[in-house]
Amino acid sequence: MSEKKEALFSKKNLKLIKDPLDDNNPITVQVLGICSALAITVQLKPAVVMALSTFFVMCTANVVVSLMRNMIPSRIRIIIQLVVIATLVILVDQTLKAFVYDVSKELSVFVGLIITNCIIMGRLEAFALANTPWKSFMDGLGNSLGYALPLIVVAFFRELLGAGTLFGYPVLERLGLYELGYENNGMMILPPMALVTCGVYIWIQRMRNKKLVEEN
Amino acid sequence: MQDLANIFIKSIFIDNMVFAYFLGMCSYLAVSKTVKTSVGLGLAVVFVLGITVPVNYMLENYVLKEGALTWLGEGFATVDLSFLSFILFIAVIASMVQLVEMIVEKFSPALYSSLGIFLPLIAVNCAILGASLFMQERSYATITEATVFGLGSGVGWFLAIVGIAAIREKIRYSNVPPALRGLGITFIITGLMGIAFMSFMGIKLEDSKKEVSIEEVAQVENNESEIN
Repeated sequence: MSEKKEALFSKKNLKLIKDPLDDNNPITVQVLGICSALAITVQLKPAVVMALSTFFVMCTANVVVSLMRNMIPSRIRIIIQLVVIATLVILVDQTLKAFVYDVSKELSVFVGLIITNCIIMGRLEAFALANTPWKSFMDGLGNSLGYALPLIVVAFFRELLGAGTLFGYPVLERLGLYELGYENNGMMILPPMALVTCGVYIWIQRMRNKKLVEEN
Repeated sequence: MQDLANIFIKSIFIDNMVFAYFLGMCSYLAVSKTVKTSVGLGLAVVFVLGITVPVNYMLENYVLKEGALTWLGEGFATVDLSFLSFILFIAVIASMVQLVEMIVEKFSPALYSSLGIFLPLIAVNCAILGASLFMQERSYATITEATVFGLGSGVGWFLAIVGIAAIREKIRYSNVPPALRGLGITFIITGLMGIAFMSFMGIKLEDSKKEVSIEEVAQVENNESEIN
């Protein structure tokens, strides 16, 4: 260790957190982890629980794999990563079942599908295998925040417009909008609208951030 | 027989993997640029689903479920290993994919070279694991039903990816707003396709339900005429 030790929150490390929020967002730019992201955005509560579970699995898996990175033979690294992830997901699943059973029922198979969530595999492959534990932790933190952001925005609009509630609290009813003749847009609850809402999110993001615009 | 046909049609159109559950979206978005490659990937997914779902079904019913180990002896009747299902399912899928890859390479080099890159990718396709987990949740009665469900989900996924690839090939010639190009428009098109697929929900598959619904309709009509 001849180099000067890097500060824990140096600029480079902070960039690892900030990048995935916009320029390198896992969902809208890297196109990873969409499967689970869209399916649970009907309401805010499952979306938040999902984001937290992914956060836990991603950070821990990143650190564990980063600690083992010099010991893993590259030929069998995928199966090792899958075992690490699957073990962590089992932990999350059992915890959810024990403490918030109704949410766990609502998420049904999607907790299990965190295993095949490509963000986690992708970050392990691309980052944790080549970096120190602390940096991998920061990367995991950044990417899970970047995963949570579109998830929560989409869930917010779908629950507000579709059911008129937020976290199950009847916001629009309290505001008295129904007496003015407002009606919930039932379509927002249907699965296809998750895709359209997410498409609009991408549209707005790319209008603000021109360098993300793709070739047709 | 009719039950099997019901499960097949239901898993293709009504419970479509892509449009109803968003499974396998990652490869769906990444590989749908041309029809040819998406046909290859779609076929590989049908194939792998048709193998892994029955294998996992046997695993679920003879090893994991509570009381499934009774065949080992009375003492095992209360053992419940279902918390291990994630890790076993993913191991089965990864090894099946590897096996399928080797078999295809040995017996049909032409198919192997056309599928080559996609086969290993399938191991992390959420549609595969998702189908196994749905199979577990819905607890199908026989292994035939589980197999038919697996194949049907595969065919549904195949239809979806080929459809979007065809649309994306055409959309290259249209004038899409710059910020919406690529990913954004693909999302929105998939949403529209999903809305179209939702119209299949109206299909009534069971006969008993159909009779009830006709009676209900008749009743409603009667009520309406009385009011009039």
